[in-house]
Amino acid sequence: MDQSHIRNFCIIAHIDHGKSTLADRMIEMTHTLTKREMQEQVLDNMDLERERGITIKSQAVRLIYHAKDGEEYIFNLIDTPGHVDFNYEVSRSLAACDGAVLVVDAAQGIEAQTLANVYLALDHDLEVLPVINKIDLPSADPDKVAKEIEDVIGLDCENAPRISAKTGVGVEQVLEQIITELPAPTGEVNAPLKALIFDSLYDSYRGVIVFVRIREGKVRPKDHIKMMATGAEFECVEVGYFGAGQFIPCDELSAGMVGYITASIKDLRETRVGDTVTLADNPASEPLPGYRPVKPMVFCGIYPADGAKYPELKDALMKLQLNDAALVFEPETSQALGFGFRCGFLGLLHLDVVQERLEREYDLDLVTTAPGVVYKVYKTDGTVMELTNPSNLPDPSEIDYMEEPVVDAEIMVTSDYIGPIMDLCQERRGQYVSLEYIEETRAVLKYVLPLNEIIYDFFDVLKSRSRGYASFDYELKGYQRSELVKLDILINREKVDALSFIVFKDTAYDRARKMCEKLKENIPRHLFEIPIQAAIGSKVIARETVKAMRKDVLAKCYGGDITRKRKLLEKQKEGKKRMRQVGNVEIPQEAFMSVLKLDDDE
Amino acid sequence: MEDYRRFELYIHIPFCAKKCLYCDFLSGVHDPITQRDYVNSLCKELEFYSEKVFGTVSSIYIGGGTPTWINPDYIVKIMQTVKENFDLDPLAEITIEANPGTVIAEAANIYRSVGINRVSIGLQSANDDELKMLGRIHTFYRFLSTYEILRKAGFENINVDIMSGLPGQTPEKLLYTLNKVTSFRPEHISCYSLIIEPGTPFYDKYHEDAERQERGEDTVLLPNEDQTYELMKRAQFYLEEKGYHRYEISNYARDGKECVHNLGYWRRVPYLGVGLGAASLIPPGFLVREPEDPEETGGMGLEWRTSNIRDLYEYIEEASHLPIVPEEVGYEDIATIGSFTQISRKAAMEEYMFLGLRQTAGIKKSEFKKAFGVAIEKIYGHEIFELEKEELLTMTGDTVALTDTGLDLSNYALAKFIKE
Repeated sequence: MDQSHIRNFCIIAHIDHGKSTLADRMIEMTHTLTKREMQEQVLDNMDLERERGITIKSQAVRLIYHAKDGEEYIFNLIDTPGHVDFNYEVSRSLAACDGAVLVVDAAQGIEAQTLANVYLALDHDLEVLPVINKIDLPSADPDKVAKEIEDVIGLDCENAPRISAKTGVGVEQVLEQIITELPAPTGEVNAPLKALIFDSLYDSYRGVIVFVRIREGKVRPKDHIKMMATGAEFECVEVGYFGAGQFIPCDELSAGMVGYITASIKDLRETRVGDTVTLADNPASEPLPGYRPVKPMVFCGIYPADGAKYPELKDALMKLQLNDAALVFEPETSQALGFGFRCGFLGLLHLDVVQERLEREYDLDLVTTAPGVVYKVYKTDGTVMELTNPSNLPDPSEIDYMEEPVVDAEIMVTSDYIGPIMDLCQERRGQYVSLEYIEETRAVLKYVLPLNEIIYDFFDVLKSRSRGYASFDYELKGYQRSELVKLDILINREKVDALSFIVFKDTAYDRARKMCEKLKENIPRHLFEIPIQAAIGSKVIARETVKAMRKDVLAKCYGGDITRKRKLLEKQKEGKKRMRQVGNVEIPQEAFMSVLKLDDDE
Repeated sequence: MEDYRRFELYIHIPFCAKKCLYCDFLSGVHDPITQRDYVNSLCKELEFYSEKVFGTVSSIYIGGGTPTWINPDYIVKIMQTVKENFDLDPLAEITIEANPGTVIAEAANIYRSVGINRVSIGLQSANDDELKMLGRIHTFYRFLSTYEILRKAGFENINVDIMSGLPGQTPEKLLYTLNKVTSFRPEHISCYSLIIEPGTPFYDKYHEDAERQERGEDTVLLPNEDQTYELMKRAQFYLEEKGYHRYEISNYARDGKECVHNLGYWRRVPYLGVGLGAASLIPPGFLVREPEDPEETGGMGLEWRTSNIRDLYEYIEEASHLPIVPEEVGYEDIATIGSFTQISRKAAMEEYMFLGLRQTAGIKKSEFKKAFGVAIEKIYGHEIFELEKEELLTMTGDTVALTDTGLDLSNYALAKFIKE
């Protein structure tokens, strides 16, 4: 295949700016799928993605475009997630591309993630083609947005297609410009194979399906391939490219192409995303530069509600990990919850998505502990430990000081809401950095914020205080010394390890009080009185009591109406099902997430 | 005889002079024409069942609403229809519900003449301020006269309903009511707790408080949980002291005067419910023609529950069209006036437990085995063990029963017998 007739690109955009709709339209207009076959947003093929309207997994599809110059071009469109949590996935997808189509909403203009994604694309040396979408909206102002793109990003927008992905207006212009504005791949076909793994999928029949971008050389079935980082070798079974929603086998993949390889690979860990595939007999001398290694920022414990399901949970996590390189986990044991895993995530949405997929796709009932960040504990003996589970915090006498992760946060906001948003950042222990106006009514507010303060509900509060007008992006800045304490929760005088959390010292009393109140609401009454205490070390700083149940009678009833009595008892029973026994107290599963809801009343 | 059975008959009269503020039963105020049409439809339903069920009627309960509020001639008509269409045990307990002020001497004599031998009077309280607050139509004085009329007419089996847990109720007020009521020596006393039901005026006023009460928090208008507990226990001890023994969670009787009809419900005696919203328990061999169901039933036959339409005018209309051709049609037609669902063996066992254990005497292991062909320990061994450990239940010899504390926490205890 002549490389000059291939374009490998992705579409990048802020959430809801129409990325998936544009992809759909391109698939439809290149007749990759007929209209009848088109499912809404073909690329978002997980149920969860379609329900939430977000893209979580990278997806790839090959389009054949008959251009106006009479030639036929192959487009490999690689879809990318739009949420800040998934920057890593974006980064992986970008590494397989040569160019990017940047979609900006003609009514909303540039948002925080528009910028973040453009910076990522530029980091990967991609050419960026700006596209102004949603020109059919009454509030669209394409001229203003074009100027904004020129001023803020510095991309020439004179010829930027102005389109409506919804109606199809201007999409052909986008297809044409992909040929003229984005570069064709270059790479020596006769050199030893160098293929970059940018994603993978586990298929129970074919084993691991490895998604690759061929940088140099070629690969065919029966070739002996080798993973350069892990050293694992396999015989290639099949190569092919991505149809819409299906895998289409072909004879070979060569330099410049995007496609997949299967090789009866059973062990998920042998095909790391970012690794380079080469030929065992004729290996490349150097692997391709890998991706930035991803570091999970948020950790929580995940336990099966039914302890016997531990092996199933382990299996499910391993399978998810294959498709989600950012997910990390290791076994841990909790006195309260038994055997489970400490899992690391990119952010709270990522956590949410993984939890939901475990419950939905693997039919597991889970207990999740409150998420926390990774703290650095500098001990008096001179060693440093990375703390992902609050209950592992050493005795205070062994701690010299602690550090917590902080982020550089960029908040884009209309001028009306600068005040409330600055208040919010102050409340969350933010350090003000700068305020720059990008145009008359919009500004970029920069703060350094502790990660701990933004992982729970920062985004929601930000949206509500700005009536939806603020957008937000952040990047890990590093660690900063902080006064932190561990809050332990005692239920019926017994410490419940899974409820411990690390908190900023000055807010400890307030958090302790709220936590006890929340647990009191959550814990059903028992036949005995249950004290709930919050303590720092041995000092109890808050207390609530769940009173003993004395009367629980349905005393009024007309005898024949059994159905009603049954319903009442069933309701009582249903409540019991989602409980965890700790000592002789039954704690509802939701209680372990209580710490997340401490700011509800704000 | 193999098919010989005894069953209970429940007859629902959904009419009242006025709806009480806490009441969520199927009842209301309706014009005399509706009352007439309803009674006609109800008799039609009785006739419909006439040739389709086997067995002898062991007890009748005419409940409501206020059955004594409608013209006594209607009660005569209903009782005649029953006698014409069913085999009625001459010793059957036949109860009618009454409210104070709705029974004149002449009516009381009529009730007696058609075989009614027990009256259940809804008094609720002897304090007029409480009666007013509940939206009752009567005073305590009216109760006294009704009680006297009934005794004079020869009723020797009378129940009085009273309520605990009323807004603002102190132990003194409840004891005043109990003292007054026991002084007339009725044969039976039902002592219920006020329950705040959705769809009632009381719900709008008290539901937040009721939720607080349930969580064990401080309440504003209703007594808190500790107070309702105290009220319930004080009533229990007082009644026991006065010679009324507690035989079910909220029912007390002088010796030998337990309500046969109610005991039937707790013991899963078959019953036929006729009228608006009434439910029936239909065991195998009860209907002349059995409904068919291929489902595995463990060789124990099929049990069914029917539940009649709950819309008054729809019921009147549908029941008036019921066919009365003997034996020609059966259970299919029941579906025209309500729903018809099979009770699984598992559900039947659960009911056996959560109904049977409402009785202070509990249940018999041998009878469970007889009913289901399997030892109770095999099904509920774990639950029984857990509850014994919590001292909410005891098992002695053949008897399994809740303890006194178990009865106080009966929802908690009985929910354990509902299996997944």
